[in-house]
Amino acid sequence: MKLENKVPPGNLDEKWTKYKSTMNLVAPNNKRRIEVIVVGTGLAGASAAATLGELGYKVKAFTFHDSPRRAHSIAAQGGINAAKNYQNDGDSIYRLFYDTIKGGDYRSREANVHRLAEASTEIIDHCVAQGVPFAREYGGLLANRSFGGVQVSRTFYARGQTGQQLLIGAYQGLSRQIAKGTVTMYNRHEMLDLVKVDGKARGIIARNLLTGELERHAAHCVILATGGYGNVYYLSTNAMGSNVTAAWRAVKRGALMANPCMCQIHPTCIPVSGDYQSKLTLMSESLRNDGRVWVPKTVEDAKAIQEGRKTGLDIAEEDRDYYLERRYPAFGNLVPRDVASRAAKVACDEGKGVSKSGLAVYLDFSSAIQRYGQQEANSLGIQANAAKITELGTAVIEKKYGNLFQMYEKITGENPYVMSMKIYPAIHYVMGGLWVDYNLETNVPGLFALGEANFSDHGANRLGASALMQGLADGYFVIPYTIGQFLSGEIRTPEISNETAEFMAAEKETKERLEGLMNIKGNQSVESFHRRLGKIIWEYCGMSRNAEGLKKARQLVRELKAEFYKDVFIPGTIDEFNPELEKAVRVADFMELGELMTLDALERNESCGGHFREEFTTEEGEAKRDDDGYAFVSAWEWDDDNPTLHKEELVFENVELKTRSYK
Amino acid sequence: MKLTLKIWREGGMYASGKLETYKVEADEHMSFLEMLDVLNQQLIEEKKDPVAFDHDCREGICGSCSMVINGQPHGPQKGTTACQLHMRSYKNGDTITIEPFRAKSFPVIKDLVVDRSAFDRIIQAGGYVSVNTGQAPDGNAIPIEGDTAGKAFDAATCIGCGACVAACPNGSAMLFTSAKVAHLGLLPQGKVEHEARSQKMVAQMDKEGFGMCSNVGACEAECPKEISLENIARLNRSYIASVFSSE
Ligand SMILES: Cc1cc2nc3c(=O)[nH]c(=O)nc-3n(C[C@H](O)[C@H](O)[C@H](O)COP(=O)(O)OP(=O)(O)OC[C@H]3O[C@@H](n4cnc5c(N)ncnc54)[C@H](O)[C@@H]3O)c2cc1C
Ligand code: SF4
Ligand code: FES
Repeated sequence: MKLENKVPPGNLDEKWTKYKSTMNLVAPNNKRRIEVIVVGTGLAGASAAATLGELGYKVKAFTFHDSPRRAHSIAAQGGINAAKNYQNDGDSIYRLFYDTIKGGDYRSREANVHRLAEASTEIIDHCVAQGVPFAREYGGLLANRSFGGVQVSRTFYARGQTGQQLLIGAYQGLSRQIAKGTVTMYNRHEMLDLVKVDGKARGIIARNLLTGELERHAAHCVILATGGYGNVYYLSTNAMGSNVTAAWRAVKRGALMANPCMCQIHPTCIPVSGDYQSKLTLMSESLRNDGRVWVPKTVEDAKAIQEGRKTGLDIAEEDRDYYLERRYPAFGNLVPRDVASRAAKVACDEGKGVSKSGLAVYLDFSSAIQRYGQQEANSLGIQANAAKITELGTAVIEKKYGNLFQMYEKITGENPYVMSMKIYPAIHYVMGGLWVDYNLETNVPGLFALGEANFSDHGANRLGASALMQGLADGYFVIPYTIGQFLSGEIRTPEISNETAEFMAAEKETKERLEGLMNIKGNQSVESFHRRLGKIIWEYCGMSRNAEGLKKARQLVRELKAEFYKDVFIPGTIDEFNPELEKAVRVADFMELGELMTLDALERNESCGGHFREEFTTEEGEAKRDDDGYAFVSAWEWDDDNPTLHKEELVFENVELKTRSYK
Repeated sequence: MKLTLKIWREGGMYASGKLETYKVEADEHMSFLEMLDVLNQQLIEEKKDPVAFDHDCREGICGSCSMVINGQPHGPQKGTTACQLHMRSYKNGDTITIEPFRAKSFPVIKDLVVDRSAFDRIIQAGGYVSVNTGQAPDGNAIPIEGDTAGKAFDAATCIGCGACVAACPNGSAMLFTSAKVAHLGLLPQGKVEHEARSQKMVAQMDKEGFGMCSNVGACEAECPKEISLENIARLNRSYIASVFSSE
């Protein structure tokens, strides 16, 4: 299969503008008859559905949530990037483009990333117009902060709730179209299959989660904006319901899965506290601006802490190893996410972890408290004693991070102003996703993928505050144009019937699949299988990987899958509201995806971004990329026994490939 | 810790709802929902029907979780959703009663899961700014004064959970509705449609069968995002003004 990325010709900074103005259009009278299905109403899906509705298409939108406002996007805290250069600090579209390409460790497509940077500025304008309450300066203008190790301040934010405020904006825009009748909204509906007619995506099979009924929905094309698959690891910072089913069903119908092994691990999450743990909570990356990461220098001290004989407070300054500062003097605690995460793993693997399980490191604010306290005392012109300095410094930290410290205390029951915080890396985001071309169309004609569900812009590693930007760029500013390239060829296609043999067959297959699962009537819960799957993938295809482990993991996953189909127990029936059945369908798909991840990681004999192969490192143990051998996107065609790898070569015409160094 | 749970079961095999009693062993570090996970695991192992409850983010932001714990929506901790509540708030031997959010406009779907789609329809009635993609001026074209931006933000933090309705003896949705009216009405971008929006959203609220607001204040006390009653006062003022000016 030849993968055509359909990147338009011309100079990088003119491609999108020229392409937009020469694209095929669909006339308003035709739009009214053309139906579009949008699955998923998070940032990407809600923005797409609202905008396509405004343009006059007949849109049907689906979410498994009880309301579009509850999508996982709501949980994003930190912010959204845009090349506005409001701070006059030298930012530009090119710089945002460059940072994203470099941050992605040179494994993304130049033209897509440049378009993303171009769209970023319009996103902010539109969101402000919708009433998104971004943070502002005293003069009433929009505020920015710097984020994720870049040198400019281009991140727009709304307290610690940027995702919530952006999603509410998109949800309100979508609600307006629902009221107008341009969008029909299907809440609590889960897509369980993709329907193709004559090779084109023409509809979906959805289950009404309240009644259990299967429904056939037809349209001229289908858009998937169904989010990321981080929950394959069971424990992640994703919402409990996030899953791969919609994307995976498309893969089963011939769509290609790109870079499935590229997952992002976030270094500052609250560590696992016990076997009952259901999900992990992210602590904002901004904490690393003032916090210092450390473990005890000796295994003996660490052991004492693990066994509860000592706490961090008992370890003297000279017995602490601030390992990021030691290993990466230039960036210190501010190294990128992947580097910080791996360093924590190394420390814990050496036996220096600081929790009962040995899987945690300290993030300490005492130096910052002392430093800020002294500064405050100086500026107040007072001679302060130690206690006063601590008090003043604590107040500064509280002002900066108060809500995060409070959240930490709610979850752990420990006071982080006194005890160092405990943190550990966790799965947070996936760069991999459905393969799409420049039009965001998959290799299946008429099937599009947006947001975290596609692979398009972040290469091997995503920079902070760039996922919200990408989701909204895709939905508001890219798909409304590029969908015309496909639909302009469909203006003579009459309404698609949902009664054709293809729809009936897909419905039947789905029904049989669900009945098959229900009829297993084994002894183990869905949850227990999901936990075991997560453990395998985390152990062998998580923060660091090696060939032997990956081969073993593939075998383990296949065995687990076989056991699942023999021994899973799902209570209740098909024809009712049945959350256990919903989970079972999702876990079944995660099993196959998990297997593909191990294959992809095994195939990629290099270390880049979030993918760290122990065999491919420099002498100092840092990641070693192989641009001659692996500057391509892996696009997998699924097969139960032997998935096939297709490659899209990445061509870099505008940036020079360099080794990332943070020493 | 050993706990006794009394949980409302409705739907499925429980044609008419009832409180069912369960025993569960919990750890103080568990979240409240993880404690329910443990119970459900236990029920599944016994081949019984697990307790259905809505949840997703488990960090207090999506507004999915919706249960009344010992008489209080979201439980005892102020400014905290059920999913953020931890078992260290309880002790060995405690009995905990768990019921769904109850209101005429929130019919029970199963056990602790209720239908809150009425909230979506209130937003559809006018809870937006009428701007199409691509029409916006530059983001910094209109500066917004800090105090106003802050107040709009406070109102915008509503997570649409419905605890306010469950807490209200009248089942009123005024706190939710007024928070949206305030969020948009305070900002220059939303001011233009403010009066029409207030009227349409209040009319939809009535149509959905939510009760009248009689200033009890239970909504504010139980709201996990501590949305202020001031928003209701503000809506009452603008609503009355808009009704009079249009008559
Ligand atoms: C804790 C956390 C913090 C983050 N912070 C930031 C940040 O500060 N900045 C940033 O840029 N990014 C951040 N991210 C990443 C970012 O939030 C996500 O990548 C992004 O929001 C994904 O948006 P989406 O629209 O693609 O998908 P989602 O928001 O996940 O939406 C998926 C939608 O698809 C629906 N769906 C899925 N499957 C089906 C199906 N089979 N049938 C029907 N409907 C289905 C769901 O109901 C939902 O509506 C963060 C992520 C996490 C976990
Ligand atoms: S006002 Fe408070 S209680 Fe009511 S829906 Fe909003 S967040 Fe929930
Ligand atoms: S589960 Fe999201 S707020 Fe409780």
